[in-house]
Amino acid sequence: MELALSPEDAAFRDEVRAFIADNYPAEMRVANPETDLSKEQMLLWHRILYRKGWLAPLWPKEFGGPGWSITRRFIFEQETTRAGTMPPLAFSVTMVGPVIYTFGNDKQKQKFLPRILSGEDWWCQGYSEPGSGSDLATVRTKAVRDGDHYIVNGHKTWTTLAQHADWIFCLVRTDPTAKPQSGISFLLIDMKSPGVTVRPIITIDGSHEVNDVFLEDVRVPVENLIGEENKGWTYAKFLLGNERTSMAGIGRSTRYIDRLKKIVKAEIPADDPAHLEFVKEIARIELDVLALEATELRVVAQMARGIDPGPAASLFKIRGTEIFQNITEPTHRAIGNYGLAIREHPVSANHFMPGRDYGHTASEKYLNSRKLSIYGGSNEIQRNIIAKAVLGL
Amino acid sequence: MDIQFTEEQELLRSSVQRLLRDQYGFDARRKIVTSEEGWSRKQWRVFAKLGLLGAPFSEDAGGLGGGPLSTMVIMHEFGRRLVIEPFVETVVLAGGLIEQLGSSDQKQYFVPDIIAGEKIWALAWTEKGARFDLASVTTSARRDGNDYVLSGEKTAVIAAPWADYLIVSARTSGHHHDRGGVSLFVVDRHAANLDLQSFKTIDGRRAAEISLRNVRAELLGGEGEGVAALEACRDRVIGALCAEAVGAMAELNATTLEYSKTRKQFGSTIGSFQVLQHRMVDMFIAHQEALSLMQHLSLSLSAGEAEISRLASGAKSKIGYAGRFVADQAVQLHGGMGMTDELNIGHYFKRISSINIQFGDPAFHMLRFAQLDAAA
Repeated sequence: MELALSPEDAAFRDEVRAFIADNYPAEMRVANPETDLSKEQMLLWHRILYRKGWLAPLWPKEFGGPGWSITRRFIFEQETTRAGTMPPLAFSVTMVGPVIYTFGNDKQKQKFLPRILSGEDWWCQGYSEPGSGSDLATVRTKAVRDGDHYIVNGHKTWTTLAQHADWIFCLVRTDPTAKPQSGISFLLIDMKSPGVTVRPIITIDGSHEVNDVFLEDVRVPVENLIGEENKGWTYAKFLLGNERTSMAGIGRSTRYIDRLKKIVKAEIPADDPAHLEFVKEIARIELDVLALEATELRVVAQMARGIDPGPAASLFKIRGTEIFQNITEPTHRAIGNYGLAIREHPVSANHFMPGRDYGHTASEKYLNSRKLSIYGGSNEIQRNIIAKAVLGL
Repeated sequence: MDIQFTEEQELLRSSVQRLLRDQYGFDARRKIVTSEEGWSRKQWRVFAKLGLLGAPFSEDAGGLGGGPLSTMVIMHEFGRRLVIEPFVETVVLAGGLIEQLGSSDQKQYFVPDIIAGEKIWALAWTEKGARFDLASVTTSARRDGNDYVLSGEKTAVIAAPWADYLIVSARTSGHHHDRGGVSLFVVDRHAANLDLQSFKTIDGRRAAEISLRNVRAELLGGEGEGVAALEACRDRVIGALCAEAVGAMAELNATTLEYSKTRKQFGSTIGSFQVLQHRMVDMFIAHQEALSLMQHLSLSLSAGEAEISRLASGAKSKIGYAGRFVADQAVQLHGGMGMTDELNIGHYFKRISSINIQFGDPAFHMLRFAQLDAAA
């Protein structure tokens, strides 16, 4: 399904497509890019996009964005995800960058934005805490003013790729007496500061994506405060809005459905009754994707006319994640007995994996995708948002 | 249909419970799983000493005569504690096949070492492209004097890296899918020309791809009896795996319920949210139904009922789907913690995922349940 494009936008689409084909690094085409690439490898595509001026589609031109229309931004997202490219680090480009250019002061913009674009700084997100998952407003990490510094103490968790990070953007409590949402500030912390410790969290697929980040008497210059003290919740919510709209994951789901079809064709003979079961199941998933894609295109068309979809974006998060989980499960099932095997992490050619190459990541993808309905605001929370803010219940 | 346990069965259950509580805590298990070998011979000997390895064997064979019900009791507790040691492979699969098919010499030679915890076995029935079809066998067996010589490849053989002996299905006659041409053989795992490529499984076990090139083997049962024997064996092992899955579901539900009463978000315990209450009610119902079906199957196996395959497949399918639902939701309700290697929840999830592959997934057994309907 495609948007109806003007000749200029169609030409732009062709240009993006050709650029990806010509420039996407072969080195990044590994079995599971999300877990198998080193920091340097992940930055290869980032740097190529940077040089092309395409790194940060969302950013206004004055800060280094390409100045695209909503339609072109969507075309770019569609083409890059369909081609299976690894997107530049979201924490830097889609999360903290927009917060800095929207709410930061000039000095912060000059200091941080160019380093995000160039890939010099790697950012991670200090939101969740052991006691504050879905209920983010209860963060307990404390920042106490001491002259021209804050002294920060607390424990952040589920911090994705913090092992590579130069900076962490944190929600911290600056007014313990205020109501939960009112006493929070948005603070940028240098990961090299004394008192910052990163501890890996290994997940059920055996990979190391997330971490605990401990902050012990970390001295943070007051100049690293974004906007006003105790207004951090507003900035945090702004940022979560950015996170949700990209969660439909149509391109990714489409690619994984194609892969599932290929696996089913190779693994299960057409005269095996199980074959028809898979065919039906795949058709159901494809229809789910089609309906979500149609919804996405409708919303994009509305946005291009200036209509904000608002909290309905939660729909994309709910359906996008459920659909991807509904793809990884039958993919794991399609490889039959080989679904018992799982790659050892860190991944190395020295470890033997049985079965055909296409099945080697099926187990870990199946396990890893359990996180999708939990992170970024659990799907239960997303349903609450729609119930309250859309349906008015 | 509730099982009224006999005094022996109660005793068995409480002694397994006590043993695992004292010696098989989650940390102890983690040490075993991450050890070089990946299982504990010491623990295996403790199981033997407690009589677990002989419990299901007939008294004639030197066992305690507990049959499928003792297997059910043991596997349910093993499921609750995620016991990694190869009880299913050694006792239920190999032990069952030897009792069913073995000559009196073979029984006398092999069974005492199983019961004493001296020897580990694995069953090599799967082949590339065979999926869950017991008759899809290309590994060949050629007569050579009193013995046979096997050549071919077996795939995803659980516990093979730990095993002293393998039972291997191989073709003595016929073509690719001929049911009547498959026979079973005992093979020394350390035999010449037998190669193993080991790998780790999602649930922390070890398995291997096996290559046989003219490997000397001993026939188990009659020529051509392999598929029928494997079918009966599959019904028995389904009983054991379902009991294990139900034990795992019981732990997942108990742990999730407990967590929902202590974890607070938005000023309340998450267990006070109606949407999660209903979810946990559905998890409870899924477990209750799975437990009932599992007991029904074990009782039928114990009574030696003929035509049990349809019930076994039905149970494997229904309990498979129920287990997947419970495991999915246990992870979901634990949030990020459910995703960690540190917490036990994900390990139950992975064991249930693995059980759902072994001997056929829920969709396979649903179809088989339909196909075995005499009325259809």
